[in-house]
Amino acid sequence: MGIKIAVIQFPGANCDLDTIHVIKNVIHIDVDLVWHNYFKESKYDGVILPGGFSFGDYLRGGIIAAHSPAIDEAKIMLKDGRPVIGICNGCQILAEAQFIPGAFLHNESLKFICKWVNLKVENNNTAFSNKMNVGDVLALPIAHAEGRYFTDNIKELEDNNQIVFRYSTKQGELTDDANPNGSLGNIAGICNLEQNCIGLMPHPERASEKILSPKGTEHGKLFFNSMIEFIKKRAS
Amino acid sequence: MALQEFIVEVIITNKEKARDPTGETIKRDLLAKKGYKMVSNVRSGQYLRFNVNSENEERAKNIVEDLLNKLRIFNPVTQNFKILKLQKES
Repeated sequence: MGIKIAVIQFPGANCDLDTIHVIKNVIHIDVDLVWHNYFKESKYDGVILPGGFSFGDYLRGGIIAAHSPAIDEAKIMLKDGRPVIGICNGCQILAEAQFIPGAFLHNESLKFICKWVNLKVENNNTAFSNKMNVGDVLALPIAHAEGRYFTDNIKELEDNNQIVFRYSTKQGELTDDANPNGSLGNIAGICNLEQNCIGLMPHPERASEKILSPKGTEHGKLFFNSMIEFIKKRAS
Repeated sequence: MALQEFIVEVIITNKEKARDPTGETIKRDLLAKKGYKMVSNVRSGQYLRFNVNSENEERAKNIVEDLLNKLRIFNPVTQNFKILKLQKES
């Protein structure tokens, strides 16, 4: 049996088809687009919550979707160690569902920010980063209004190695200038203790093909290939 | 016992530790520039108003506190909530 991934479609999602495209046509893995009310985990080796504006971002980005039946199904996958990935709005959903620690506030500028940023890899043991090296600097775009990471206990996250990605300069320095949204500790992506659930604000699905990248990079592929590698290792 | 309708008003604000750019901007770019230097701090928040059918005021308040917590209407990681006012619908 081949590997099969699910991408969950919430009302207001808008990166769902981009994510499907990359998994199907760039990574060449079987993938289904599944409406959130119909999602059943048993058929899938991994799940991705894509970017967008689920339920119009009413109340807070991700909070309404966090109560969807799809999240109950994803929780089963989370518990048995299958990869559960959230990109952008999907990342906010994971935080609101308490799959990953912390929360995402409105950007410090209060503006929607859409631009390419540099991302430094801090932990390469996770289900979404195992094809990278610690210290690698990757080029990815962000596109969000609520991406300012906040937590009460950053020390605990550091001690548990739960910070996966940070915004950095091209040289990998963690400066304020390189931090697009005011995130605590320049945090761009975090994981759960078991490292099978990762949420990140930047968009790997928009950075997986040379034609979409201003510098001709395709760093986004590393994320999806990491997910596949994680699934293969789990099976063996 | 017949149920009565109560109004429960809730205000949700970010914790002090989390910066509030809306409040900061109002203070820095409006109040300070227009002569309201006596205003030392502004914090923004979110207002919610619940019409609740219940036996009494205390019960109406408990229902709202319960739903705020259980459904994470406020995010305890970053926010606090306060019940502003509780009154009978007239």
